[in-house]
Amino acid sequence: MRQTVLGRTVRGIVLVLFGLFFFFPLYAMLDFSTRDFQGGRTGEAWSQLLQDPTLTSAIIASLVLALLTVVGMLVLLVPTMVWVRLRVPKAKRLVEFLCLLPLTIPALVIVVGMRNVYSWVGYLVGDSIYTLAFVYVVLVLPFAYRAIDNSLSTIDVVTLSEAARSLGAGWGTVITRVVVPNIGPGLLSAAFVSVALVLGEYTIASLTNYENLQVVIALLGKSEARTSVAASLATLMFAMVLLLLLSYVGRGRSVREGKSQ
Amino acid sequence: MTTQSAAQPSTQSSPGVEVALQNLVRTYGSVQALAGFDLTIEPGEMVALLGPSGCGKTTALRILAGLERADEGQVVVGGKVLTDVPANKRDMGMVFQAYSLFPHMTVLENVAFGLKLRGVGTKQRAARGMEVLALVGLDAQHNRYAHQLSGGQQQRVALARALAIEPSVLLLDEPLSALDAKVRTQLREEIRRVQVEVGRTTVFVTHDQEEALAIADRVGVMSNGRLEQIAAPQELYERPRTRFVAEFVGLTNRLPAEVDGDSATVLGSRMPVLEGSVTGRQGLALVRPEALGIARNADGNGFAITSSFLGSLSRISCRLDTGEEVVVQSSSGEAAGLAPGDRVQVTPRAVPVLVVAAD
Repeated sequence: MRQTVLGRTVRGIVLVLFGLFFFFPLYAMLDFSTRDFQGGRTGEAWSQLLQDPTLTSAIIASLVLALLTVVGMLVLLVPTMVWVRLRVPKAKRLVEFLCLLPLTIPALVIVVGMRNVYSWVGYLVGDSIYTLAFVYVVLVLPFAYRAIDNSLSTIDVVTLSEAARSLGAGWGTVITRVVVPNIGPGLLSAAFVSVALVLGEYTIASLTNYENLQVVIALLGKSEARTSVAASLATLMFAMVLLLLLSYVGRGRSVREGKSQ
Repeated sequence: MTTQSAAQPSTQSSPGVEVALQNLVRTYGSVQALAGFDLTIEPGEMVALLGPSGCGKTTALRILAGLERADEGQVVVGGKVLTDVPANKRDMGMVFQAYSLFPHMTVLENVAFGLKLRGVGTKQRAARGMEVLALVGLDAQHNRYAHQLSGGQQQRVALARALAIEPSVLLLDEPLSALDAKVRTQLREEIRRVQVEVGRTTVFVTHDQEEALAIADRVGVMSNGRLEQIAAPQELYERPRTRFVAEFVGLTNRLPAEVDGDSATVLGSRMPVLEGSVTGRQGLALVRPEALGIARNADGNGFAITSSFLGSLSRISCRLDTGEEVVVQSSSGEAAGLAPGDRVQVTPRAVPVLVVAAD
């Protein structure tokens, strides 16, 4: 009993310390972004987020990039992973290795390596910030692969697919009507992580001279420090909300599974 | 054991079709799963493929379903060659060993899935779904999800789902093996009842001989990718054509025999020999426990080791003076009072027996 109370106290203290550690910088950012240098508080920096055309277009560009990345990642990864599980299970390790590879390669190296590829991308689809979606799809692969793979492991993909096939379903129907509805939480996790990663990406956009949200925030930091910090805080909070949603989705699933047992 | 009263295929009005698997060959690396497998099934008939693990029975079923491709050979259903037709165009309903209900759908949605793919309207889907669910006694559970059902119920829904599309052939891939013994027995009878009711040609794969003998019109025993013998359950049991079949189906005693023409001398008694036996020399007679009689006799040819009471029958293990151990199955009345250590006379009855070459 005494140990339980002691344990709870220690856990509480640790939680508070970690809370302070994580939230103090956010508080400092909020404080700085709302500080009026003549004294008092002002929401000017936050209102600038929607009024500054450069920042607004960067926000839109990053959100569109996030959307394109999520769509590209899902279209590329889901059929591939399902196909590997169904038809070529021996290739699972190879696909996993390829998907995890971007984790081990520094962004700078990726940019240098992709310069030649991107000259072709620019030639074929035009010079647009949205072409970054191609490289972002590669960047999010390690995180998305894990999330989807975990979800696929919770169902018997082979048997469900064969059952659907024997009932008359083609491969497209098997994936869209049988597999995807059963790996929803994994797909959501993969999508949330991808969005968070794209919204926070700076290095590649900067080195390829595109102005996404993080690049504009960095530029703003040199002239409009408070607006820059407000934009950073907004992005962080957005990513945090996404991650909270992700953990909620995960918890919802485990609660449902718990009930079913 | 067998439910032959209900087991006659209703071929006259049957909506089933003839199925022919011709010279199927399938190799996985160095393992030959099927080595020239031939099987013809009459319309409306239920055939069980029985054999040990790795004998190729599931491979044969999966090739018939279109889930695997044969390296050689043909699949002909209802006179049409389906060898290159994909699984989703074969019009076959399949029940799998593993639970295969779609977890995100209710029972009714699962059952109606195949109908939806065929463009059947919502009302007709629901009506047909409820009809087949009623057939397996689960119409009251139509709104439940798979995780809310027991294993037996899930397999019954899977059966209803396979039947809902009115398949030309029904394929059952060890559908009872994940269930406990009591549910297995109930469900196998139910599968047979439903199969006779709908009259579909059915292939049932199992490694459980009791299951196969109990519900199939004919049982095909497989070994090393080939069909050893296919026959009605009773014929398979009483007139095995090969040593493998004799030893795989039911209990068998091996006793020294001397073949002379169409009979053999076993433990001093004459037994007619079955087709396929060795001729004109010594061999091993594969004798069923019930083909041996037993009586307490101080001058007998062996002694009892153990005696198991099985209700109306008893099973007695004996060691003969010649060194062989045999199992005798006899009526409990005949075996009454036999105790381990008692001297007994074991005598073969004059039933046909397969004699194979000695090891």
